[in-house]
Amino acid sequence: MPFSNLPLLVYIYQIWEEEGIEAIETWNVGEQQELEGDEESKLSIALDINSTCAKVAFFIISKSMNSPTPQFVPSRLGIYEPIHQIGIWGENFKSNGNPNTSTSVIVEVDNKLENESETTSHEMLTASNNYKQEASKPIDKIQRRLAQNREAARKSRLRKKAYVQQLENSRLKLIQLEQELQRARQQGLYMGGVLEGSHIGFSGTVNSGIAAFEMEYGRWVDVQHRQICELRTALNAHISDIELRILVESGIGHYFELFRMKSTVAKADVFYVISGVWKTSAERFFSWIGGFRPSELLKVLVPQLDPLTEQQILEVCNLKQSCQQAEDALSQGMEKLQETVSSTVAGGPVDEVSYIPQVATAMEKLEALVSFVNQADHLRQETLQQMSRILTTRQAARGLLALGEYFHRLRALSTLWATRPPEPSLP
Amino acid sequence: MEKVTSLASEKGVVLFSKSSCCMCYAVKILFQELRVTPMVHEIDQDPEGWEMEKALKRLGCNGPVPAIFIGGKLVGSTNEVMSLHLSGGLLPMLKPYQTLC
Repeated sequence: MPFSNLPLLVYIYQIWEEEGIEAIETWNVGEQQELEGDEESKLSIALDINSTCAKVAFFIISKSMNSPTPQFVPSRLGIYEPIHQIGIWGENFKSNGNPNTSTSVIVEVDNKLENESETTSHEMLTASNNYKQEASKPIDKIQRRLAQNREAARKSRLRKKAYVQQLENSRLKLIQLEQELQRARQQGLYMGGVLEGSHIGFSGTVNSGIAAFEMEYGRWVDVQHRQICELRTALNAHISDIELRILVESGIGHYFELFRMKSTVAKADVFYVISGVWKTSAERFFSWIGGFRPSELLKVLVPQLDPLTEQQILEVCNLKQSCQQAEDALSQGMEKLQETVSSTVAGGPVDEVSYIPQVATAMEKLEALVSFVNQADHLRQETLQQMSRILTTRQAARGLLALGEYFHRLRALSTLWATRPPEPSLP
Repeated sequence: MEKVTSLASEKGVVLFSKSSCCMCYAVKILFQELRVTPMVHEIDQDPEGWEMEKALKRLGCNGPVPAIFIGGKLVGSTNEVMSLHLSGGLLPMLKPYQTLC
Protein backbone atom coordinates (compact mmCIF):
# COMPACT_ATOMS: atom_id res chain seq x y z
CA MET A 1 0.00 0.00 0.00
CA PRO A 2 1.45 3.31 -0.96
CA PHE A 3 0.42 5.03 2.23
CA SER A 4 1.41 2.39 4.65
CA ASN A 5 2.95 3.45 7.86
CA LEU A 6 2.04 7.01 7.40
CA PRO A 7 1.32 9.11 10.32
CA LEU A 8 -1.38 11.45 9.26
CA LEU A 9 -1.62 14.59 11.22
CA VAL A 10 -3.90 17.38 10.49
CA TYR A 11 -4.01 20.27 12.83
CA ILE A 12 -6.95 22.24 13.86
CA TYR A 13 -6.83 25.83 13.00
CA GLN A 14 -9.02 28.73 12.50
CA ILE A 15 -8.21 31.43 10.09
CA TRP A 16 -9.82 34.74 10.80
CA GLU A 17 -11.68 36.57 8.20
CA GLU A 18 -9.30 39.47 8.51
CA GLU A 19 -6.64 37.45 6.86
CA GLY A 20 -8.71 37.08 3.83
CA ILE A 21 -9.60 33.52 4.27
CA GLU A 22 -12.93 32.38 5.48
CA ALA A 23 -13.01 30.80 8.82
CA ILE A 24 -13.02 27.15 8.42
CA GLU A 25 -12.96 24.50 10.96
CA THR A 26 -11.04 21.40 10.80
CA TRP A 27 -11.14 18.37 12.84
CA ASN A 28 -8.20 17.01 14.55
CA VAL A 29 -7.39 13.86 12.80
CA GLY A 30 -4.72 11.77 14.30
CA GLU A 31 -3.80 8.24 14.74
CA GLN A 32 -6.10 5.88 16.47
CA GLN A 33 -9.19 7.85 15.71
CA GLU A 34 -12.30 6.75 13.99
CA LEU A 35 -13.49 8.36 10.84
CA GLU A 36 -17.18 8.51 11.28
CA GLY A 37 -20.00 8.57 8.84
CA ASP A 38 -21.13 6.45 6.00
CA GLU A 39 -18.83 5.24 3.37
CA GLU A 40 -19.50 8.06 0.94
CA SER A 41 -18.60 10.69 3.45
CA LYS A 42 -15.54 8.90 4.57
CA LEU A 43 -14.50 8.56 1.02
CA SER A 44 -14.95 12.20 0.35
CA ILE A 45 -12.88 12.92 3.36
CA ALA A 46 -10.26 10.58 2.23
CA LEU A 47 -10.23 12.15 -1.15
CA ASP A 48 -9.92 15.54 0.33
CA ILE A 49 -7.03 14.53 2.44
CA ASN A 50 -5.43 13.02 -0.52
CA SER A 51 -5.99 15.93 -2.83
CA THR A 52 -5.07 18.69 -0.50
CA CYS A 53 -1.87 17.38 0.80
CA ALA A 54 0.68 19.71 2.31
CA LYS A 55 -0.47 23.05 3.71
CA VAL A 56 -4.18 23.09 3.32
CA ALA A 57 -7.34 23.37 5.35
CA PHE A 58 -10.09 21.00 4.89
CA PHE A 59 -13.32 20.49 6.38
CA ILE A 60 -14.87 17.47 7.82
CA ILE A 61 -18.38 17.08 8.90
CA SER A 62 -19.22 14.71 11.60
CA LYS A 63 -22.41 15.87 13.07
CA SER A 64 -24.63 15.15 10.18
CA MET A 65 -23.02 11.83 9.66
CA ASN A 66 -24.13 9.84 12.62
CA SER A 67 -24.92 6.63 10.91
CA PRO A 68 -23.09 3.65 12.27
CA THR A 69 -19.60 3.32 11.09
CA PRO A 70 -18.86 0.44 8.90
CA GLN A 71 -15.40 -0.77 8.96
CA PHE A 72 -13.03 0.88 6.70
CA VAL A 73 -12.21 -0.94 3.61
CA PRO A 74 -8.59 -0.24 3.43
CA SER A 75 -8.33 -1.65 -0.01
CA ARG A 76 -10.78 0.87 -1.41
CA LEU A 77 -9.27 3.84 0.17
CA GLY A 78 -5.76 2.79 0.42
CA ILE A 79 -4.45 5.97 1.83
CA TYR A 80 -5.52 5.29 5.36
CA GLU A 81 -3.23 2.46 6.01
CA PRO A 82 -2.25 2.01 8.77
CA ILE A 83 -4.71 4.53 10.15
CA HIS A 84 -7.60 2.36 11.00
CA GLN A 85 -9.30 4.59 13.35
CA ILE A 86 -9.48 8.17 12.53
CA GLY A 87 -11.85 9.94 14.73
CA ILE A 88 -13.52 13.18 14.41
CA TRP A 89 -14.27 15.23 17.38
CA GLY A 90 -17.42 16.75 16.07
CA GLU A 91 -18.62 18.16 19.32
CA ASN A 92 -15.42 19.88 20.27
CA PHE A 93 -15.06 21.97 17.24
CA LYS A 94 -18.37 23.65 16.86
CA SER A 95 -18.04 27.25 16.10
CA ASN A 96 -18.78 28.44 19.59
CA GLY A 97 -16.92 31.66 19.36
CA ASN A 98 -13.74 30.88 21.17
CA PRO A 99 -11.81 34.07 20.56
CA ASN A 100 -8.67 32.78 22.12
CA THR A 101 -7.93 30.47 19.29
CA SER A 102 -7.93 33.06 16.66
CA THR A 103 -4.38 32.71 15.66
CA SER A 104 -3.93 30.69 12.59
CA VAL A 105 -1.97 27.58 12.59
CA ILE A 106 -1.11 26.19 9.30
CA VAL A 107 -2.13 22.72 8.57
CA GLU A 108 0.74 20.47 8.08
CA VAL A 109 0.34 17.19 6.69
CA ASP A 110 3.21 14.92 6.98
CA ASN A 111 5.48 15.14 4.03
CA LYS A 112 5.49 11.50 3.50
CA LEU A 113 1.85 11.64 2.66
CA GLU A 114 2.59 14.36 0.19
CA ASN A 115 5.34 12.39 -1.44
CA GLU A 116 3.36 9.24 -1.51
CA SER A 117 0.31 10.94 -2.85
CA GLU A 118 2.19 12.10 -5.87
CA THR A 119 3.12 8.64 -6.85
CA THR A 120 -0.36 7.36 -6.59
CA SER A 121 -2.26 10.46 -7.61
CA HIS A 122 -2.99 9.08 -10.98
CA GLU A 123 -4.40 5.94 -9.54
CA MET A 124 -6.54 7.79 -7.12
CA LEU A 125 -7.77 10.33 -9.57
CA THR A 126 -9.92 7.95 -11.46
CA ALA A 127 -11.22 6.50 -8.25
CA SER A 128 -11.81 9.95 -6.85
CA ASN A 129 -13.89 11.04 -9.79
CA ASN A 130 -16.18 8.10 -9.36
CA TYR A 131 -16.53 8.61 -5.67
CA LYS A 132 -17.07 12.32 -5.90
CA GLN A 133 -20.32 11.86 -7.74
CA GLU A 134 -21.63 9.48 -5.15
CA ALA A 135 -20.41 11.78 -2.42
CA SER A 136 -22.32 14.87 -3.65
CA LYS A 137 -25.04 14.43 -1.07
CA PRO A 138 -22.68 14.52 1.89
CA ILE A 139 -20.83 17.36 0.22
CA ASP A 140 -24.04 19.41 0.34
CA LYS A 141 -24.23 18.70 4.00
CA ILE A 142 -20.61 19.61 4.28
CA GLN A 143 -21.24 22.88 2.55
CA ARG A 144 -24.17 23.62 4.78
CA ARG A 145 -22.28 22.90 7.94
CA LEU A 146 -19.40 24.94 6.61
CA ALA A 147 -21.68 27.88 6.10
CA GLN A 148 -23.21 27.49 9.54
CA ASN A 149 -19.88 27.42 11.19
CA ARG A 150 -18.65 30.40 9.25
CA GLU A 151 -21.69 32.28 10.40
CA ALA A 152 -21.18 31.26 14.01
CA ALA A 153 -17.52 32.21 13.87
CA ARG A 154 -18.43 35.58 12.43
CA LYS A 155 -20.91 36.19 15.21
CA SER A 156 -18.39 35.26 17.82
CA ARG A 157 -15.91 37.68 16.34
CA LEU A 158 -18.50 40.45 16.48
CA ARG A 159 -19.28 39.63 20.09
CA LYS A 160 -15.62 39.74 20.90
CA LYS A 161 -15.25 43.12 19.22
CA ALA A 162 -18.20 44.53 21.14
CA TYR A 163 -16.83 43.22 24.43
CA VAL A 164 -13.39 44.67 23.81
CA GLN A 165 -14.94 47.99 22.89
CA GLN A 166 -16.88 47.97 26.14
CA LEU A 167 -13.73 47.22 28.11
CA GLU A 168 -11.92 50.07 26.40
CA ASN A 169 -14.67 52.51 27.26
CA SER A 170 -14.71 51.40 30.88
CA ARG A 171 -10.95 51.75 31.06
CA LEU A 172 -11.09 55.30 29.73
CA LYS A 173 -13.83 56.17 32.18
CA LEU A 174 -11.81 54.75 35.05
CA ILE A 175 -8.74 56.77 34.08
CA GLN A 176 -10.87 59.88 33.85
CA LEU A 177 -12.36 59.31 37.31
CA GLU A 178 -8.95 58.64 38.81
CA GLN A 179 -7.65 61.90 37.40
CA GLU A 180 -10.61 63.82 38.77
CA LEU A 181 -10.11 62.29 42.17
CA GLN A 182 -6.43 63.14 42.14
CA ARG A 183 -7.12 66.73 41.18
CA ALA A 184 -9.79 67.05 43.84
CA ARG A 185 -7.48 65.71 46.52
CA GLN A 186 -4.63 67.99 45.53
CA GLN A 187 -6.54 71.16 45.03
CA GLY A 188 -9.24 70.82 47.60
CA LEU A 189 -12.16 70.66 45.28
CA TYR A 190 -12.22 73.99 43.51
CA MET A 191 -12.91 72.48 40.12
CA GLY A 192 -16.49 73.53 40.16
CA GLY A 193 -17.11 72.76 36.52
CA VAL A 194 -16.16 69.11 36.65
CA LEU A 195 -17.89 68.41 39.94
CA GLU A 196 -20.98 70.27 38.84
CA GLY A 197 -21.17 68.15 35.76
CA SER A 198 -20.63 64.92 37.56
CA HIS A 199 -23.12 65.77 40.29
CA ILE A 200 -20.87 64.27 42.90
CA GLY A 201 -20.53 66.96 45.56
CA PHE A 202 -19.06 66.15 48.93
CA SER A 203 -22.42 66.99 50.37
CA GLY A 204 -23.66 64.00 48.48
CA THR A 205 -26.38 65.93 46.71
CA VAL A 206 -26.54 68.33 43.83
CA ASN A 207 -26.26 71.66 45.65
CA SER A 208 -26.02 74.65 43.36
CA GLY A 209 -24.82 76.89 46.23
CA ILE A 210 -21.88 74.62 46.83
CA ALA A 211 -21.14 74.23 43.13
CA ALA A 212 -21.16 77.99 42.68
CA PHE A 213 -18.89 78.44 45.68
CA GLU A 214 -16.42 75.85 44.45
CA MET A 215 -16.13 77.57 41.14
CA GLU A 216 -15.74 81.00 42.76
CA TYR A 217 -13.24 79.72 45.26
CA GLY A 218 -11.12 78.26 42.49
CA ARG A 219 -10.98 81.67 40.88
CA TRP A 220 -10.37 83.28 44.27
CA VAL A 221 -7.24 81.19 44.80
CA ASP A 222 -5.97 82.08 41.34
CA VAL A 223 -6.47 85.80 41.99
CA GLN A 224 -4.85 85.40 45.39
CA HIS A 225 -1.79 83.88 43.79
CA ARG A 226 -1.58 86.69 41.27
CA GLN A 227 -1.87 89.31 44.02
CA ILE A 228 0.94 87.72 46.03
CA CYS A 229 3.22 87.85 43.02
CA GLU A 230 2.30 91.49 42.42
CA LEU A 231 3.02 92.35 46.06
CA ARG A 232 6.36 90.63 45.94
CA THR A 233 7.35 92.45 42.79
CA ALA A 234 6.09 95.78 44.14
CA LEU A 235 7.99 95.45 47.42
CA ASN A 236 11.20 94.54 45.64
CA ALA A 237 10.75 97.36 43.19
CA HIS A 238 10.27 99.94 45.98
CA ILE A 239 7.23 101.56 44.44
CA SER A 240 5.58 104.56 46.09
CA ASP A 241 3.41 104.22 49.17
CA ILE A 242 0.37 105.43 47.30
CA GLU A 243 0.68 102.70 44.69
CA LEU A 244 1.42 100.16 47.39
CA ARG A 245 -1.67 101.26 49.29
CA ILE A 246 -3.79 100.30 46.30
CA LEU A 247 -2.35 96.81 46.32
CA VAL A 248 -2.87 96.52 50.09
CA GLU A 249 -6.49 97.64 49.83
CA SER A 250 -7.25 95.17 47.06
CA GLY A 251 -5.48 92.42 49.01
CA ILE A 252 -7.58 93.00 52.11
CA GLY A 253 -10.69 93.43 50.01
CA HIS A 254 -9.95 90.07 48.43
CA TYR A 255 -10.14 88.37 51.86
CA PHE A 256 -13.36 90.20 52.61
CA GLU A 257 -14.72 88.82 49.34
CA LEU A 258 -13.94 85.31 50.60
CA PHE A 259 -15.86 85.91 53.82
CA ARG A 260 -18.84 87.12 51.77
CA MET A 261 -18.70 83.98 49.63
CA LYS A 262 -18.51 81.81 52.73
CA SER A 263 -21.45 83.56 54.31
CA THR A 264 -23.57 82.80 51.25
CA VAL A 265 -22.62 79.13 51.04
CA ALA A 266 -23.02 78.72 54.82
CA LYS A 267 -26.70 79.51 54.35
CA ALA A 268 -26.87 76.75 51.72
CA ASP A 269 -24.95 74.16 53.72
CA VAL A 270 -23.16 75.15 56.92
CA PHE A 271 -21.68 71.69 57.36
CA TYR A 272 -19.94 72.09 54.04
CA VAL A 273 -18.16 75.22 55.26
CA ILE A 274 -17.31 73.78 58.66
CA SER A 275 -15.98 70.55 57.22
CA GLY A 276 -13.38 72.50 55.26
CA VAL A 277 -13.52 70.11 52.32
CA TRP A 278 -13.23 73.10 50.04
CA LYS A 279 -9.70 73.65 51.33
CA THR A 280 -6.60 71.55 50.85
CA SER A 281 -5.76 68.94 53.46
CA ALA A 282 -2.98 70.87 55.23
CA GLU A 283 -5.15 73.97 55.46
CA ARG A 284 -7.94 71.81 56.84
CA PHE A 285 -5.59 70.57 59.55
CA PHE A 286 -5.50 74.08 60.99
CA SER A 287 -9.19 74.74 60.48
CA TRP A 288 -11.15 76.46 63.23
CA ILE A 289 -14.88 76.95 62.73
CA GLY A 290 -14.59 76.79 58.95
CA GLY A 291 -11.40 78.80 58.43
CA PHE A 292 -8.04 79.89 59.80
CA ARG A 293 -7.60 80.94 63.42
CA PRO A 294 -7.17 84.72 63.76
CA SER A 295 -4.52 84.27 66.46
CA GLU A 296 -2.66 81.92 64.10
CA LEU A 297 -2.81 84.63 61.48
CA LEU A 298 -1.11 87.05 63.85
CA LYS A 299 1.57 84.51 64.73
CA VAL A 300 2.41 84.14 61.03
CA LEU A 301 2.34 87.88 60.30
CA VAL A 302 4.14 89.55 63.19
CA PRO A 303 7.65 88.06 62.73
CA GLN A 304 7.61 89.33 59.14
CA LEU A 305 6.84 92.89 60.17
CA ASP A 306 10.03 93.91 61.96
CA PRO A 307 10.80 96.57 62.85
CA LEU A 308 7.70 97.72 64.70
CA THR A 309 7.48 100.89 66.79
CA GLU A 310 6.82 100.62 70.51
CA GLN A 311 3.30 101.84 69.98
CA GLN A 312 2.78 99.26 67.31
CA ILE A 313 4.16 96.49 69.48
CA LEU A 314 1.73 97.44 72.23
CA GLU A 315 -1.23 97.58 69.91
CA VAL A 316 -0.35 94.28 68.27
CA CYS A 317 -0.01 92.75 71.72
CA ASN A 318 -3.46 93.99 72.72
CA LEU A 319 -4.90 92.74 69.47
CA LYS A 320 -3.38 89.31 70.06
CA GLN A 321 -4.91 89.16 73.50
CA SER A 322 -8.40 90.28 72.55
CA CYS A 323 -8.28 87.98 69.55
CA GLN A 324 -7.43 85.05 71.78
CA GLN A 325 -10.20 85.91 74.23
CA ALA A 326 -12.78 86.19 71.48
CA GLU A 327 -11.63 82.89 69.99
CA ASP A 328 -11.91 81.17 73.35
CA ALA A 329 -15.43 82.53 73.83
CA LEU A 330 -16.55 81.28 70.44
CA SER A 331 -14.85 77.91 70.95
CA GLN A 332 -16.66 77.41 74.21
CA GLY A 333 -19.90 78.48 72.60
CA MET A 334 -19.34 75.79 69.94
CA GLU A 335 -18.72 73.19 72.63
CA LYS A 336 -21.94 74.21 74.31
CA LEU A 337 -23.74 73.83 71.00
CA GLN A 338 -22.32 70.33 70.58
CA GLU A 339 -23.50 69.37 74.04
CA THR A 340 -26.95 70.78 73.37
CA VAL A 341 -27.40 69.00 70.05
CA SER A 342 -26.01 65.78 71.45
CA SER A 343 -28.31 65.74 74.48
CA THR A 344 -31.28 66.63 72.27
CA VAL A 345 -30.60 63.82 69.83
CA ALA A 346 -29.91 61.35 72.63
CA GLY A 347 -32.95 62.42 74.60
CA GLY A 348 -36.25 60.66 74.83
CA PRO A 349 -36.91 56.96 75.26
CA VAL A 350 -35.02 54.66 72.97
CA ASP A 351 -37.62 51.94 73.08
CA GLU A 352 -39.91 54.08 71.05
CA VAL A 353 -39.56 53.85 67.32
CA SER A 354 -40.18 57.50 66.53
CA TYR A 355 -37.25 59.83 67.12
CA ILE A 356 -38.73 62.64 65.10
CA PRO A 357 -39.28 64.99 68.06
CA GLN A 358 -35.65 64.75 69.08
CA VAL A 359 -34.34 65.20 65.57
CA ALA A 360 -36.69 68.10 64.86
CA THR A 361 -35.55 69.92 67.99
CA ALA A 362 -31.93 69.24 67.14
CA MET A 363 -32.54 70.79 63.72
CA GLU A 364 -33.56 74.06 65.36
CA LYS A 365 -30.47 74.07 67.52
CA LEU A 366 -28.18 73.38 64.59
CA GLU A 367 -29.29 76.66 63.05
CA ALA A 368 -26.98 78.31 65.56
CA LEU A 369 -24.05 76.80 63.68
CA VAL A 370 -24.53 79.33 60.89
CA SER A 371 -24.15 82.22 63.31
CA PHE A 372 -20.96 80.69 64.73
CA VAL A 373 -19.44 80.41 61.26
CA ASN A 374 -20.43 84.00 60.58
CA GLN A 375 -18.93 85.16 63.87
CA ALA A 376 -15.70 83.30 63.20
CA ASP A 377 -15.38 84.94 59.77
CA HIS A 378 -16.26 88.27 61.34
CA LEU A 379 -13.40 87.77 63.78
CA ARG A 380 -11.00 87.01 60.90
CA GLN A 381 -12.16 90.08 59.07
CA GLU A 382 -11.79 92.32 62.12
CA THR A 383 -8.30 90.99 62.79
CA LEU A 384 -7.20 91.86 59.26
CA GLN A 385 -8.88 95.24 59.54
CA GLN A 386 -7.11 96.08 62.80
CA MET A 387 -3.73 94.98 61.53
CA SER A 388 -4.20 97.19 58.50
CA ARG A 389 -4.94 100.10 60.87
CA ILE A 390 -1.96 99.47 63.15
CA LEU A 391 0.61 98.94 60.38
CA THR A 392 2.13 101.30 57.85
CA THR A 393 1.36 100.70 54.19
CA ARG A 394 4.66 98.98 53.57
CA GLN A 395 4.29 96.83 56.65
CA ALA A 396 0.77 95.90 55.65
CA ALA A 397 2.00 94.91 52.19
CA ARG A 398 4.65 92.70 53.75
CA GLY A 399 2.03 91.25 56.06
CA LEU A 400 -0.31 90.40 53.19
CA LEU A 401 2.58 88.86 51.28
CA ALA A 402 3.55 86.76 54.30
CA LEU A 403 -0.02 85.60 54.86
CA GLY A 404 -0.65 84.78 51.22
CA GLU A 405 2.65 82.98 50.93
CA TYR A 406 1.87 80.98 54.08
CA PHE A 407 -1.38 79.64 52.67
CA HIS A 408 0.25 79.03 49.32
CA ARG A 409 2.89 76.89 51.04
CA LEU A 410 0.21 75.01 52.96
CA ARG A 411 -1.46 74.19 49.67
CA ALA A 412 1.83 73.02 48.22
CA LEU A 413 2.33 70.88 51.31
CA SER A 414 -1.07 69.31 50.71
CA THR A 415 -0.17 68.47 47.12
CA LEU A 416 3.18 67.07 48.12
CA TRP A 417 1.59 64.96 50.80
CA ALA A 418 -1.07 63.66 48.48
CA THR A 419 1.49 62.58 45.90
CA ARG A 420 4.08 61.10 48.20
CA PRO A 421 5.19 57.55 47.26
CA PRO A 422 3.29 54.81 49.05
CA GLU A 423 4.78 53.26 52.16
CA PRO A 424 6.53 49.97 51.43
CA SER A 425 4.56 47.11 52.89
CA LEU A 426 6.03 45.28 55.81
CA PRO A 427 7.97 42.11 54.96
CA MET B 1 -39.89 98.48 75.77
CA GLU B 2 -39.99 100.19 79.13
CA LYS B 3 -39.09 96.96 80.82
CA VAL B 4 -36.08 96.56 78.61
CA THR B 5 -34.82 100.09 79.08
CA SER B 6 -35.43 100.03 82.79
CA LEU B 7 -33.69 96.70 83.19
CA ALA B 8 -30.85 97.93 81.02
CA SER B 9 -30.20 100.84 83.38
CA GLU B 10 -30.30 98.77 86.52
CA LYS B 11 -26.71 97.74 86.35
CA GLY B 12 -23.55 98.76 84.54
CA VAL B 13 -23.40 95.74 82.26
CA VAL B 14 -26.68 94.11 81.27
CA LEU B 15 -27.05 91.13 78.98
CA PHE B 16 -30.35 90.00 77.51
CA SER B 17 -30.08 86.33 76.66
CA LYS B 18 -31.95 83.11 76.10
CA SER B 19 -31.07 80.05 78.14
CA SER B 20 -30.99 77.88 75.00
CA CYS B 21 -28.80 80.29 73.00
CA CYS B 22 -25.21 79.13 72.60
CA MET B 23 -24.00 82.43 71.16
CA CYS B 24 -25.30 84.10 74.33
CA TYR B 25 -23.26 81.57 76.24
CA ALA B 26 -20.17 82.57 74.24
CA VAL B 27 -20.68 86.25 75.12
CA LYS B 28 -21.11 85.32 78.78
CA ILE B 29 -17.78 83.48 78.59
CA LEU B 30 -16.13 86.54 77.05
CA PHE B 31 -17.33 88.79 79.88
CA GLN B 32 -16.10 86.21 82.34
CA GLU B 33 -12.66 86.42 80.66
CA LEU B 34 -12.77 90.17 80.99
CA ARG B 35 -13.60 89.89 84.68
CA VAL B 36 -17.04 91.39 84.26
CA THR B 37 -20.23 89.95 85.71
CA PRO B 38 -23.15 91.27 83.70
CA MET B 39 -26.75 91.20 84.90
CA VAL B 40 -28.25 88.48 82.76
CA HIS B 41 -31.93 88.40 81.83
CA GLU B 42 -33.08 85.17 80.17
CA ILE B 43 -36.04 86.45 78.20
CA ASP B 44 -37.19 82.94 77.30
CA GLN B 45 -37.88 82.48 80.98
CA ASP B 46 -39.61 85.81 81.40
CA PRO B 47 -43.41 86.01 81.19
CA GLU B 48 -43.05 89.17 79.11
CA GLY B 49 -40.29 87.59 77.04
CA TRP B 50 -42.08 88.01 73.71
CA GLU B 51 -42.56 91.76 74.20
CA MET B 52 -38.97 92.12 75.28
CA GLU B 53 -37.85 90.30 72.17
CA LYS B 54 -39.87 92.66 69.99
CA ALA B 55 -38.46 95.65 71.85
CA LEU B 56 -34.89 94.48 71.36
CA LYS B 57 -35.49 93.97 67.68
CA ARG B 58 -36.89 97.46 67.41
CA LEU B 59 -33.74 98.75 69.06
CA GLY B 60 -31.73 97.15 66.28
CA CYS B 61 -30.59 93.88 67.76
CA ASN B 62 -30.70 91.20 65.06
CA GLY B 63 -30.53 88.14 67.28
CA PRO B 64 -32.40 89.55 69.09
CA VAL B 65 -30.14 87.99 71.65
CA PRO B 66 -27.50 88.42 72.89
CA ALA B 67 -28.10 92.11 73.49
CA ILE B 68 -25.49 93.98 75.52
CA PHE B 69 -26.02 97.26 77.37
CA ILE B 70 -23.14 99.05 79.02
CA GLY B 71 -23.90 102.02 81.25
CA GLY B 72 -27.54 101.86 80.20
CA LYS B 73 -26.64 102.31 76.52
CA LEU B 74 -27.06 99.66 73.88
CA VAL B 75 -23.73 98.37 72.53
CA GLY B 76 -25.27 95.83 70.21
CA SER B 77 -25.16 92.10 69.60
CA THR B 78 -22.22 89.69 69.21
CA ASN B 79 -20.86 91.41 66.09
CA GLU B 80 -20.62 94.80 67.70
CA VAL B 81 -19.12 93.49 70.93
CA MET B 82 -16.46 91.53 69.03
CA SER B 83 -15.52 94.46 66.79
CA LEU B 84 -15.34 96.73 69.79
CA HIS B 85 -13.18 94.30 71.66
CA LEU B 86 -10.68 93.82 68.83
CA SER B 87 -10.41 97.51 68.22
CA GLY B 88 -9.57 97.92 71.89
CA GLY B 89 -12.68 99.90 72.69
CA LEU B 90 -14.50 97.40 74.86
CA LEU B 91 -12.13 97.21 77.83
CA PRO B 92 -12.20 100.95 78.58
CA MET B 93 -16.00 100.81 78.63
CA LEU B 94 -15.96 97.84 80.98
CA LYS B 95 -13.29 99.17 83.28
CA PRO B 96 -15.61 100.68 85.87
CA TYR B 97 -17.45 97.39 86.13
CA GLN B 98 -14.59 94.96 86.22
CA THR B 99 -14.29 92.93 89.36
CA LEU B 100 -10.94 92.49 91.00
CA CYS B 101 -9.27 89.17 90.36
